[in-house]
Parts: sequence; structure tokens; C-alpha cells
Amino acid sequence: MPLVLALFLLLLTACSGQFPQSVFAPRSDFSRDLDGLYKEIFWWAVAVFVIVETLLLIAIARYRARHGAAEPKPVHGHTALEIGWTLAPALILVFIAVPTMRTIFATAGQAPEGALRVQVIGHQWWWEYRYPTLNISAYNELHIPVGTPIQVEMTSADVIHSFWVPRLGGKRDLIQGRTNRIAFRADSTGEYWGQCAEFCGESHANMRLRVMVQTDSVFQRWVDQQRAAPAAPPKGSPAEAGMQVFRRSACIGCHTIAGVAQGKVGPDLSHVGSRATIAGALLPNTTETLRRWIMNAPLLKPGALMPPQNPSPPDLDALIAYLQSLK
Amino acid sequence: MKSWLTTTDHKRIGLLYFWTAFGFFMIGGLEALIIRAQLVRPDGGLGVSAETFNQLFTMHGTTMVFLALMPLSAAFFNYIIPLQIGARDVAFPRLNAFSYWVFLLGGLLLNASFIAGPLFGADRLSVAPDAGWFGYANLTSRQFSPGPNVDFWLLGLQILGIASLAAGFNFVVTIINMRAPGMRMLRLPPFTWMALVTQFLVITAFPVITVALVLLMFDRFFGTHFFLPSGGGDPILWQHLFWMFGHPEVYILILPAMGIISEVLPTFSRKPLFGYTVVVYSGVVIAFLGWSVWSHHMFSTGLGPIADSVFAGTTMLIAIPTGVKIFNWIGTLWGGQIRFTTSLLFAVGFIAMFIIGGLSGVTHASAPSDLQQTDTYYVVAHIHYVLFGGTILGLFSGIYYWWPKMTGRFLSESWGKVHFWLTLIGMNLAFFPMHFSGLLGMPRRIYTYPAELGVARFNQLSTVGAFLIGIATLVFFLNLLRTRWRPANAPANPWGGATLEWAIPSPPPVYNFTVIPTVANRLPLWQTERHAPMTPLPEKPPVPIHVPGGSWWPMITALGLPVIAIGALAHFLPVVLAGAAVVIVGIYRWAFEPFET
Repeated sequence: MPLVLALFLLLLTACSGQFPQSVFAPRSDFSRDLDGLYKEIFWWAVAVFVIVETLLLIAIARYRARHGAAEPKPVHGHTALEIGWTLAPALILVFIAVPTMRTIFATAGQAPEGALRVQVIGHQWWWEYRYPTLNISAYNELHIPVGTPIQVEMTSADVIHSFWVPRLGGKRDLIQGRTNRIAFRADSTGEYWGQCAEFCGESHANMRLRVMVQTDSVFQRWVDQQRAAPAAPPKGSPAEAGMQVFRRSACIGCHTIAGVAQGKVGPDLSHVGSRATIAGALLPNTTETLRRWIMNAPLLKPGALMPPQNPSPPDLDALIAYLQSLK
Repeated sequence: MKSWLTTTDHKRIGLLYFWTAFGFFMIGGLEALIIRAQLVRPDGGLGVSAETFNQLFTMHGTTMVFLALMPLSAAFFNYIIPLQIGARDVAFPRLNAFSYWVFLLGGLLLNASFIAGPLFGADRLSVAPDAGWFGYANLTSRQFSPGPNVDFWLLGLQILGIASLAAGFNFVVTIINMRAPGMRMLRLPPFTWMALVTQFLVITAFPVITVALVLLMFDRFFGTHFFLPSGGGDPILWQHLFWMFGHPEVYILILPAMGIISEVLPTFSRKPLFGYTVVVYSGVVIAFLGWSVWSHHMFSTGLGPIADSVFAGTTMLIAIPTGVKIFNWIGTLWGGQIRFTTSLLFAVGFIAMFIIGGLSGVTHASAPSDLQQTDTYYVVAHIHYVLFGGTILGLFSGIYYWWPKMTGRFLSESWGKVHFWLTLIGMNLAFFPMHFSGLLGMPRRIYTYPAELGVARFNQLSTVGAFLIGIATLVFFLNLLRTRWRPANAPANPWGGATLEWAIPSPPPVYNFTVIPTVANRLPLWQTERHAPMTPLPEKPPVPIHVPGGSWWPMITALGLPVIAIGALAHFLPVVLAGAAVVIVGIYRWAFEPFET
């Protein structure tokens, strides 16, 4: 048991690089509150565990049947003891309930005035983020400024999902027809991992996300980039050829690229080249993964709606060049 | 053969329940082993597809809850309760047979989905349910689950619900009305008491899931929108209904095991149960509180701070009666003369493991803390410490304890100890690391996880542990089989138990008691400071005892139910009507069956 506890403590302080979704490396007010509360309850639980298991071990070690021993005294009960061991857990629970209630109200999801609003919309199996005050959208990778309160408003376009970035806060469900809220303020920059926590169908396991917490200036640069229309590829470049491929392919039925196509089924690709990942933060955004994804998306993400495509090799190369040019 | 198909003897029905439920337990365990094998490696594991994996965890949960743990408890209710209260049978023997057949057929229907694909024009063999054992709306709607998978689930569960409800009413009436003279309520053995509380939970909780399933059925078959936001319905309504059933269900699963160890501990420490009345009342309190906590399964759905606070509070309250029970069990051992039989080891294992499950439960009773834990492997660890470390260890304890009574043959104690230690080590290896996987960010119900999460090691440990449990269960199975070829060697009261089932031969004659005993105290077979053991019953019945013959009608009536379900699955009304006709004719003939056969 001491070994297990030691291991546990080691994990509590574990470096986050090794465990990108650990709840023990909080980086926001929300997740720090939850972490503190958990640890408080944890130590009460350890104390109770040690006391009760010790009593049990003493009982079975001491009262092993011995040959020729007298029949045990037929004790039927003990009123004072009964009252005692009813009151003791009740008392401990008070010490757990009070900080629990305090934290419930502290983390009720209402951000202070002036918070940055972000709408999160769940899709099978990717994330859409809208910034209503900035008039931009993002997909799977949520960008937010460090130190600014964030008001997250969540809903779903289809089944129930759950938005969970352990280092930034607890999970909250995305439900069609409802709006749920969380609020938090990230306290250090970095890339934080998360994923859908509510079973949402075949590729639930592949519905991942990233949160990029950035300094104000980096965030502002990103916002400006997203606001601008994607630059038209230069005449005669492979990207230009790729744009033509995109235009005449099935792509336009589902995807939007500003000025080129207005499909609404899949994520908007206007700035897909500026993202670090594709396919619901499942794969890094590289030439190779884009190739595999376009050729057979359901193979990488079972159940994905995008059917396998079959462009000629030069067309595929051009298409990828085009997508990568959409910064 | 015929005598088994038509039997209305509670002892035979108990054995049927036992072997059937044990078969489903092995199937559910096999599903768990495939799940664990897949998770041994990150990034795709051993290549089990997402679709298959989702079916496996759905069926693992559904099977273990409805087809293994509940009916294993039912096996003991059937066999032991009439013996403990001094009755010749349950109140409604034919209804009892009906419950069993409905349970068997419902279980077979659910599992038939694994091979029914071609019948539905699917391009694969299996169309097993794949939306989780909790079947959250609106994933279960026709739009998002178009195949017959969810239909199998909702029809199978409705059938199983009929079996549970029929058995629930039967046992409530049995325990209240069939007690031997002098068997006052507070003289009932604790196992029978916990069974009574459990059956009250069954008859109040199962109507709730039935309503939910009927609404879901209407949504899927007739285009209603009870749970569909697109039509003005509410998917959260499903969660409220499901957990209003689902949380009492947890106590339906654990209370019988608590009852079992409340029998085993006194017998093997040669001391009466410490604080009998407190143990009984705390069981009743747990059941009452069990009705007021359902939304703690829904903290992440955004109920608002007031509701979160209320449900966090009521949930924490449950820790009090539960703690009281644990202290009373330790109080029973304290000062006793403990004999370390396999049955006692499992009972002590129950206490030791259940404490861990209870304490992790307190960490997610705290709503904000739960926001980091819910839907992760931390919760998987918690439920397995409660339902495996609690219920299953308790049931094993009961099997070793009552097997000599049920079959007249002892299970091997040395194999039993191998079984116990392998199970204990296996379960801790399997389930303890899940606390870490969960807190390090591994959600439940995922067929693959990225290596970067850093949870592969913990998953490997869990897999090794799961296979140890598998080996342990095989040892147990062989131990059970072994007794079939052994001569009957168990005396009437092999362990020195205090309750009425030990006053009659092992296995008991079909009429149970040669004369119905008159009970004068809580521990009729024991010498205590207050009383002497009761006088032994005569060996031969002094007057002939009428034992009713069997009946075909319970089984025939039960057969109509899966026919209705198959008709519904195939969207073919004539088959539904044919099944309904079988049920109606069956009930009619059953009702007018001559009393004497």
C-alpha cells in the first residue's frame, strides 16, 4: 500500500509532457479548483482506508480459530459503538461536503464581464468553434489568449458529446437543443490535449481536440489570419491546379472554402493549412496524412462520413498542395 | 428432462438460474477479455474494429448486469429464501418458473444479435447492441443507429424486465406471507432481509426503465420524438429515467451480496451478526437513499449548481449506512473464532475491496471533482471495485457456502483457495491501475488511445489482471464440475450455520421440511446465552406431504415473448400477433390448469 501511495504521489506531480491529458497538471483556475478539491477528498479517503482496512486485518489476524479455544462470547451488538460509527463518517462527510458545495458554485460556468465568448458545437466526430464577437470560426483546434477569461457555450449538431480538456477544466456535455456553459482562465501558454468524453458512436475514440493557449499578440495574429480570405494561389502553381481539382470534385458538396465552395457538412477548410492536425485532431497535418485521409477517410476514422476518394496521383498531389496553401 | 422443463420446484429453478447465469457470466467475461486484449497496445491495439469494440463493451455491461449478477442473486433467492423462512416453496411456484424461462429467452434473444446480421441484410455477422449498456438518447435514435442493434437491446431488456418484475412480486409475497410460525420480520435471516429490500427496489425501479424503453421503442418504431431534440423532445429525459432505474439497480446488485456475507461472517466466526437490527435498517436506508441520488450520474450534463449540490449531498449520505454495515461486519469478526474457509475468504475479500470502491465513490459524489472523473477509466475502476470486488466476491462466498446445501457436495477447499487468491490478485491488477489511466485522461469506451497519453503501461497491467481473473474463473468452473462426479458427502449442517436451511438434509427433499418448524428466535440452530438449539425435525414426514406436479404453461407463455420481439425486429406484424396469441393462450390455460396434476 505505501508503494501504491508513493506511485500516486509521483503521478500527482508528474510532468505534464509525459501525460498530456493528466488531471494533475492543472493550468487554469477551473482545473485548479477541481484538483484541489479532489486532493482534499483523497486524503480523507486514504485516512478512512487505512483505519478500516487495519481494523479488518487485525480482526482476521487476532481471532483466527484455535483448537480447544472456548466458544466466542455471543455479542449481539453495542449501542454506543453503533452511534459512534454512524456519527464518525457523518462528520467526515461534512468536511467533504462544505468544500464541494463551495466549488460547485465557484465553477458554475459564469465567466466575468468582458470574457471572450466561444461557442463549441459537437459533430460526429469533430469540433466546431465559433467566436461570435470576433466573427471567426475554428475547427478541432481551439485558440485562446492566456490570462483572459473564456466563456464557453456548448451545443451539439447531432448526438451528445462531452468537451474535456483535463488540464484546463472538467468536462461538460454538448447536447442538441441545449446550451451548456463552462468558464475558465488559462494561466500558461501551451498546447493542451483533450477529447470527447461521452460515448458518441462508432468513432468516439477518434474525436480528439487541442487547445492552443497563446499570448495576446500571437492570438491576435491568428485571429487576423483567420479573418482574412485565403490567398488565391498564384497562376500556374500546383496549388492553383489543386483548386481546380477541388472545384470539380465531390469536395465542394460538403466543405466550405471562402470564395470557392460552400458545403456545410464537413469542417470549413478555408484555413486548413494553418492547422497542426486534421481529422478531429487525430492526425498531424502532413502531406502523407492528408493523402491517406483523402484516399480513405473511413479507414483512419471508422464511420467518418467522407467517402473514399479516387483522384489520379497528379490530381491528388495538386489537391494537397492547394490545401496546404490555405493558411 | 421433462421434469426440468415443467418444474415448479424452487430448488430446481434455483439451479437452473445458477447454471444459466453462470453461462452468461462466462460469455460476459469473454467479452471483457477481448476488450482488454484490444487495449493492451495503444494506437489500434490488436485490430478489433471500432464497431466490434462498441458492441463488446455494450454487451459486456448489459450481460453482466442483467444476465449474470442479477440472476446469480436470483439463484440464491430461489434456492435459499424458502429454506430460510421455513416454507415448502415460493408463493407462486409457476410464476417462478415463468420468470426463469423469460430470463433465459430474453438472454438468448440479446445474444442472438451476435449472429443475426445476415437475417437483417447486414453485410456482417453481428448486429449486437452498440450504444452502451446505458443506451443514451439521441445516439439510440433511428437516425444515428439505423440497424437492428438497438432494437435487440431495447426488446431484450423489456423481456428481461418482465422476468425481474414477476420474480420481484413473487419474492415479496413469499417473504411476507410464507414465513414459518414465529418467524417475525426481525427474526428473518439477514440474507432474506436484504433479498426483500432488493425485491422492493426491483418492483419499483423496473417500471421506470420499462417506461423509458417503451418511449424509446415508440421513437424508433413509430416515429415519435420523446428523446429527439429535433422534434421538440429531450435526450436528457432519457438519462433521468435511465438513472432513476439505474441507481437503484446498483443496490439491486449489491444488497444480495451484502446479505450473503452477513450470513457467512457469523457462521465462520461462530458469533451472531453484530448489530443485526442496525445491519437490517441500514440496508433499508441504503435502498431509500438509493432513490434520491440518480443525477450523480449526470453531473456533466449541466444540471445547474442547486441540483448538483442536492445530489452531491444525498449521494454522500449513502456513505453513512454503508460505513455502518462495514463496521458491523468487522464487529462480527472481532472476538470470534474465525475459520478460514474459502467462503469466509471471499466474504472478507468483499469487505476489503468494497471499501476501496466505496471511497472512490465519495470522490465522485463530489460533483466538481466528478467532472474530471466521470466517463473515464477512474469510474470503470470504481464500478468494478463495487460490482466485482463487492457483488461477485460476495456471490462466490455464497456459492462456496451454500453449494453443499444445494448439491449435497462440497466444493474443493484447496481449489477454492487457488480460486480466491487468483481472483483477488487478478482483480486488483486489473482494476487498480484503471484509477491511474482515468486520471491521466483516458476516457471510457474507446477502442484505441494514442501512445502519447502515457497510459499504455497501466492498460497492460489491467489486461494481465483480467486474464488472471479469467484463469481463476476457469479453476472455479472446474471445481463446480468436479462436484458432479463426487459422491454426496455434505451433512445437513456442514458449517455449523444458525439458520433454518441447515436444519434439513443436503440437498433438501422436494418438500423441504418434514414438518414446518416453529421459530422462537433469530438463531434457531445455535446455543446462545438466551436459548438452546431447536429440537431436530423428524427424519420422515409424519403425515404425507402433497407436492404439486409440474406445468408446461409457464414455459409456453414465456415462449410467446421472444416471438413478439422477433416480429418487432423484423417489422412483421403477423409474427407479433402470433407471439401475443401464444402469451394469451398460455396465461389462459395456466389460469385454468387443474390444481391437482
